[in-house]
Formats: sequence, C-alpha cells, structure tokens
Amino acid sequence: MTLEELEQIARSVQQENARYDYEVNVCMDLACASQGAGALRDALVQSAEASGKKVLVRKTGCMGPCSSGPLVRVDPDETFYHRVQAGDAPAIVSSLGKEPVAALQCDLSEHFEKQVRVVLENAGKIDPEKIDDYIACDGYKALMTALVEMTPSGVIHRITESGLRGRGGGGYPTGLKWSTVAKASGEVKYVVCNGDEGDPGAFMDRSVMEGDPHRVIEGMAIAAYAVGAAKGYIYVRAEYPVAVSRLTTALREARRRGLLGNGIGGTTFDFDVEIRLGAGAFVCGEETALLASIEGKRGTPKPRPPYPAVSGLWGKPTLINNVETYANVAPIVRNGGKWFFNMGSERSKGTKVFALTGRIRNTGLIEVPLGIKLSEIIEVIGGGVPGGHELKAIQTGGPSGGCIPARMLDLGVSYDALMAAGSIMGSGGMIVMDDTSCMVNVARFFVEFCMTESCGKCIPCRAGTAQMYTLLTRICTGEAELADLEMLEELCDTVRSTSLCGLGQTAPNPVLSTLKYFRNEYIDHIQHKRCPAGVCHMNVAAAKSEEVPA
Amino acid sequence: MRKNGFARHALIETLHTVQSSFGYLDDKAIKFVAQSLRVPLSQAYGVATFYHYFSLKPPGRHTVTICAGTACYIKGADRLIAVAEERLGVKPGQTTKDGNISLMTARCVGACSRAPVALCDGDVSGELGAAQLLEQLERWEVQ
Repeated sequence: MTLEELEQIARSVQQENARYDYEVNVCMDLACASQGAGALRDALVQSAEASGKKVLVRKTGCMGPCSSGPLVRVDPDETFYHRVQAGDAPAIVSSLGKEPVAALQCDLSEHFEKQVRVVLENAGKIDPEKIDDYIACDGYKALMTALVEMTPSGVIHRITESGLRGRGGGGYPTGLKWSTVAKASGEVKYVVCNGDEGDPGAFMDRSVMEGDPHRVIEGMAIAAYAVGAAKGYIYVRAEYPVAVSRLTTALREARRRGLLGNGIGGTTFDFDVEIRLGAGAFVCGEETALLASIEGKRGTPKPRPPYPAVSGLWGKPTLINNVETYANVAPIVRNGGKWFFNMGSERSKGTKVFALTGRIRNTGLIEVPLGIKLSEIIEVIGGGVPGGHELKAIQTGGPSGGCIPARMLDLGVSYDALMAAGSIMGSGGMIVMDDTSCMVNVARFFVEFCMTESCGKCIPCRAGTAQMYTLLTRICTGEAELADLEMLEELCDTVRSTSLCGLGQTAPNPVLSTLKYFRNEYIDHIQHKRCPAGVCHMNVAAAKSEEVPA
Repeated sequence: MRKNGFARHALIETLHTVQSSFGYLDDKAIKFVAQSLRVPLSQAYGVATFYHYFSLKPPGRHTVTICAGTACYIKGADRLIAVAEERLGVKPGQTTKDGNISLMTARCVGACSRAPVALCDGDVSGELGAAQLLEQLERWEVQ
C-alpha cells in the first residue's frame, strides 16, 4: 500500500458514491439501535429500492444527540430527522428531492454550533465496518506520510508541538510519554491502547471504537513507528461486545489492505495489533493493573516507578495511551502540530469528547474545544435542565472526580481549572444533577463503587473506602453526629495520601468536593435529620432520640 | 486455546471463551483450563474470582441486568432494582429458585444517554420505568 494507492481507493469510493443522488445515514449506535434503528435501516433500504431513486442507505456510528434517536441524516442537504421509526421510511424516501418531512425534521444547528469535531470528524459519516469509507476520509494517509516522509523523532516532535495531553484523565503530555518510550533501551517494545472505559456514566471510547475503529488503529500504528514497537494490544471491556466485533473486523480489513503486518507501505516497518478483553474490573483502567490483566493475571496495580515506559508489559518498555488520545494522533500528523495547538485554552490544547448525561435535555456525545465555559455546554449544547427543575451540580471524572456546583458555571473546561475546582477532567463523563439529587447520597454512591472495585492489595484503599462508606451510610440514615464528619475528613486525607494507585488516591474526591460545596446538605442530614432532596430515608428512631434530649 | 497457541497469558481470553460457551465457569472447566495452559490452579481460580464478569454459578433461563452506572443512578436505577428484587424475591447476583430469572446489576453498559437502562437477555431497554420492567418479568414468568 502506498499513498497513491490510498488515493486511488479514495477516488473509487467517491466515484461509487457519486452514482447516488442521495445519502441516507442511519445512526446505529447503542442508543439508537435500542430504539429500533435496525428495523428502520431495513425499511429505508426497501423503500429506496421500491422508489427507483438512486439512494445510498448507510449505517453509521454515533451522531451525537442520542436523546433524539433514532437519528437519520440525509445528505447532501444535511437534513436531520429525529425519533424516526421504520414506518416513517417511505415518507423520508419519497421526500428526497422535494421538501423535507416537516413532522420528523429537527434543527440541531444550535447543538452543533459550539462543537468542534476532530476525534468525531467521521462519526455519523462513514460505515465503521468498511475500511474504504475511512480511507475516503483521508484515513491512513497520516500513517503513510509518517512512514514515508517523517522520521520517528519527527513524529514525536509533531505530537509534542501539538500540546496533546492524555485523554484518559491524567492529562500527562503525550509527546513526553512517547519520547520516554522511544528513548528506553530494549529491542522489544509494545504499544497498548486503554479501552477499559470503566467510569460509570461515560461512553466516549465505546462510541469511538464502534463508530471509527480504524482511527484508533492508525493512531496506534503511528505511535508504534514513533517509539519503535512492532506489537500492539487494544484492551477493551468485555461489556462492549459491539466494539470488540467492530475492532476485529477493522483489524482484519487493515491486514488485508497491507496497513498492518510486515513491511507496511513498502517500508521495513512491521506492526500488528491484538485485542485483549477486560472482564469487569474498574481498577484495570490503571496502567499497571491493565498490563497485569493483559498478561493474564489478576488486575492489581504495582508501585511506580518503574513506569511502564521503562518496564511495562513482560518487563519491556510499553507505551499506554487512551482510545481518545490515539484518535487524535492521525489528524495531528495530517494537519500539523500548530493546527492542534491553536485550538483550546492556554494549557489544555485541542478538543475533548464528553458524554453528556443525567438531568439534561440533550443527552449524548459532544466534542468541544477545551476552555469552553460549562454554561455553554449545559445551556446551549445540552439545552438546559428539563421539567422546570433547577441545576444543582455537574459531576466530571467519574468516581475519581468531583461535583462542580451550579454557581461555578462560568468555569472554563480545562485540566487545570477542573483540578482547581476539586474535580478532574477524567475520561469525559459529564453527569448533570438537579435538585432531585442528594449530594451526600451521590458521594456515598461513588464511595460504594470504589469500595467494591478496590482490588484489595493496599490497606488504605481496601479498608479506608469501607470505613468511608459506613460513615456516609450513617449520615444518610440520620444516625451520624457532627464528630463523624471530622472523622470522615481525616479518613479522606489518609486514603488520599497513602493509597498505592490512582483508584485509592482519588476515591475521596467525590466526598471532598461535595463537602466543599454542599456542606450544608451534610449538616442537614446530621443535625436536622433531613434530606433536602428527599432521597435518603431517615431512620426514624434515631431522629426521635435526637429530638428529645436525655 | 489453540488459537492463542496455548499461551499462559491467554488465560483471561480462554475463560471468556468457556463462559460464552457454557454460560458460567464451574470447577471442572477452571481445572481443565489451568491444566491445559500450564498455569497454577490458584492463579486460574484467582483470576476467575477477581473479575466481576466471570460467573461461577449457572445463570437462569433469562437474565435481567439493571445498569447501576452514575447516569442510571441519577435517573432512578435504585428504584428499578428494588422493584425487581421485590418481584423476584432475590438479591442482585442471584437466580430465582426455579432457575428461571437471574437478577444482575452492571457497573455501566455505556448507554448512559438513555438512562435508566436494563439489559433483558442482552437487549438494551432505555428510559425504563418500573411498570415496563415488571411487564417484562411477567412475560418471562408466564413462559
């Protein structure tokens, strides 16, 4: 495969597509598929055939606004239809070339206006099971350019120049990580893709792996060339069977096209990728635990250093990046580091994909330039809180993150600003809470999560999270005293500073951030035996004994 | 096992294959896998019990998995779990006495935009109400 051959494939796809007058794209992502997108697609194919019009019906990955699903986009007019059912297919097909079907049409211009699509540039435009569709959108061009025209250090320089930081949550500069692995001594090196999206409430990586799998593979191949690796692993949650099957298809197609394997692009570069399945352990998102899991062991973390960049998989230097980080690589190589550097805020460059969920009108997948204000995400893109309820908090970073109160909506979304506000960027879950959520109960929910997901290797995390859970449960049932609050804070401090890995070190975050911003709710529970949101069931006996002083 | 060249590090992959064929991992299967891959039985058993995805008990004829991820929790998954517990008389992770329905919870199935979500025999139902969930359970009970 050479650059010319890639262009030839792209041209033939474009010629093939030019035979059709209309393209009807049907979103087949989990949210739309669970509302009948499969039957809708079949009905559209049937109607298109019966009409005699030249219509291409394409199944695509996630288009973004999941709450409007099943979604259909008709090109070239870019007309969006929402909540489409199989019965609507004939109407849509017969409207082609005429006025759009007004009853189904939806205006998403406001939703998309503030968004910038880099990682999701192909989402909703290509068939994820067709490599040629990806190639037609400049796919694998970056890999070929890197192999033929750039040196490995040139690639690393470009990534460093872009200012890309790890999208898994930590925000470590990607260029620095790559150059560490490149400099590490040893013949055998590995690149690993972390697709163990364990954060509850986040599905960005799933959508990328399902909707545009080749983008991840291309990013990994470029990384392998840059650091000098010949073998890669993608670690995917077993809970994502569709992602696994799409990636398997993509790897097979890439091998068939000579984009993986020996002597890629007529050069001496060899690279192949294997899929490894997770098995439902949140701690495996931690890099050393993930490596243990790839080696077929229990996913327990190891103390660092040595970092995986020096001694990782089977003791060899290993580069680990998140799905979204790899998905950013090809566009950066293609468009240059400066192009990426010019997007985003001062110390957080580029864009970030978020899974916007919870009590918000437009739930779904969004991609925004970093530095964007929270208020723009919530009010403009998200359409605000429905049902006349009042926004209370926004949770980011999953169980390692925190809750940002509604009064801080002016906050610009960046690694540093979120950290300063007591939360973290995390992998990209953004859960909106309104006045029906009790913040003490939310903290308890996350601590319970960390307690059950703790691998049990180190005591602060194993025992500390259990004690935190007990204290929070006492508060939620109205059995706690003010002294318990002090104990809780002390415990948080201990767990945070003495746990072995990120899971334990960040487990207190949801408690600390809710204590910081919603302390009055804790006090209400403890002193007045009252849950302001009406979520917690107070133990009546405990409440009474408090009222009558002995 | 042959596909992975009987490699020891393919233990998790192999256990996945066994579970997807038989529905769960019993002692016999774990012993067989450990022997074939030449890994200590303690490691094979350790791995099988460490990961939530592996089940050492046979599942019921039908399985309802209620997502307990954050978005689902915010939108009332705990109520769905309570309703299912009451109806089936079992706790999450258990199967009804007649072996008909297993009640499970999941950490997150990644369909957060349609929370609260449940998987009924693997099919995703979103924006699920208690009444709809009970209807589904009733259909299974009649069968």
